[in-house]
Amino acid sequence: MRRKNINIWPYLLVLPALLIVTFVVFIPVIEAIFMSFQSYDLRRPDKIAYLGFRNFADMFSDPIFWLAFKNTIIWVVFGVGLQFLFGFILALLLNQSFRGRGIIRAVSLIPWATPGVLIGLMWKWIYDGNYGVLNDLLIKLGLLDQGITFLSQTSTAFGSVIVTIIWQGIPFFAIMILAGLQVISREMYEAADIDGASKLQKLIHITIPSLKNVIIITILLRIIWVSNSVDIIHNMTGGGPSYSTQTLSVYIFNKATVLDLGYSSSMALFLMFMLAMVAVPYLKNAFKER
Amino acid sequence: MRWKRIVSLYIPLGTILLFLLFPFYWTFITSMKPEHELYGSTVTYWPKELTLASYQKLFGEFNFLLPMWNSFLVATITTFVTLFVSTLAAYSFTRYEFKGKSLLMGLFLTNNMFPNVLLLIPLFAIMRSFDLLYTPISLVMAYATFTIPFSVWMLTGYLKDLPNALEEAAMIDGANRATAFIKVILPVLMPSIVATGVYIFIQSWNEYTFAVLFTNEATRTIPVTLKNLIGQLGVQWDLLTAGGIITIIPVCIMFFFAQKKLIEGMTAGSVKG
Repeated sequence: MRRKNINIWPYLLVLPALLIVTFVVFIPVIEAIFMSFQSYDLRRPDKIAYLGFRNFADMFSDPIFWLAFKNTIIWVVFGVGLQFLFGFILALLLNQSFRGRGIIRAVSLIPWATPGVLIGLMWKWIYDGNYGVLNDLLIKLGLLDQGITFLSQTSTAFGSVIVTIIWQGIPFFAIMILAGLQVISREMYEAADIDGASKLQKLIHITIPSLKNVIIITILLRIIWVSNSVDIIHNMTGGGPSYSTQTLSVYIFNKATVLDLGYSSSMALFLMFMLAMVAVPYLKNAFKER
Repeated sequence: MRWKRIVSLYIPLGTILLFLLFPFYWTFITSMKPEHELYGSTVTYWPKELTLASYQKLFGEFNFLLPMWNSFLVATITTFVTLFVSTLAAYSFTRYEFKGKSLLMGLFLTNNMFPNVLLLIPLFAIMRSFDLLYTPISLVMAYATFTIPFSVWMLTGYLKDLPNALEEAAMIDGANRATAFIKVILPVLMPSIVATGVYIFIQSWNEYTFAVLFTNEATRTIPVTLKNLIGQLGVQWDLLTAGGIITIIPVCIMFFFAQKKLIEGMTAGSVKG
């Protein structure tokens, strides 16, 4: 029988992880809140001072901030949306049985394990205006007369980086949805077959509702990751040309690298707040279920 | 029937795979093309000549081994530290009932929400004041921000699936909890720990945002070095792609061995929940 006094072991076991996380996550978040109220610019360390809400006021009247905000929304909606669409299609395909399925499934995941810097680099080379393979293909197919510099004109740059983030995210959606597909019981489909349901009807009435949970969690995780992603854009365009590919996290990163820490903290807190609004309803649910 | 299968399976699957894998093929053959072919008037889809010159140059002139070593060091330390503390925490969460448990679990779960760029800024200031900036330790600490929450979550899932009866039997035979854990649980859990470790290693090996600010010339990791090569070399794509191929080979090898278990762990929560 368990003794009445408190068992300290469970707490001791959690302690090391908790200490590290406190030091590297919770204290920094609090620190960031303080910094956002200061003119914390390490290029002028003697001028660090309390500013009140000035950083936030500056932020809301900064046209580049609003452009970055708009870009973040486009980046997330199209990025995550199309990752989901193609990931879903890939999962449905991989759920059929054919020879070599295991290997194909593993291979199709590689983009997900590839470093963002390398992804940026590979695609930058594909999009290259002079020697890029994409231009060559499009010219050969008769779709273009001469090469385009995809990443250095405002009309094509953002679309091009969005294609890259879609490429990166398809595999993650595919494996999550595939796992969801594999636990749907066969009997439901068999029953539907007896009732003479069409393929599309089965997809809409059985497959998608059964996947609801997986889809919500995966979309949520991807929204968080995609809106936080810096490395791909930073390595392909640096946020240019003329800020057309600069999302909030890239803007924050650019400001942080020039050591304007106060202003970038304010924007980072804003970003966190936006993400929290998306994530909290889900987290609340997850909490209830525990 | 055969045609139907080709249209409904092989063609769409082939198209998506081509899209997903072509960039790797292209990177690979770019790294093997001689310079005159790379910047010639026509784009060749299979190189007429193959050369390893760019790889020789990468290791000879640019000492690519140093960033590889730095990345390896940071990723290895991060992996072991994270696995150690996360396994303990996950064990506690799955084997004990205690006050504040759901709050603590919630703390680890919500961690994923903080944007890297948010943590980056104060961590930079903190590391600077502790004189840790530009040391491998600063990166290990920074990577713990995302590796620990993820690993606690993964390992809790794996451990939940192992029945308590396993260690209880050992404990009835007179073993204490620690012995029962090491002798009974650990061997069964090992594949899952390895899979989680592979994920941590890959994430740390690939990380760029923190590494840019937290490293200098001597401690630079691979992603930062690659990025700097772009700056230094402008358009030397043979070298850049060779660096890329070197970077991804270890990732691919580890990933292939661990992917099955890893996917199992990652998807378990969302499928069951």
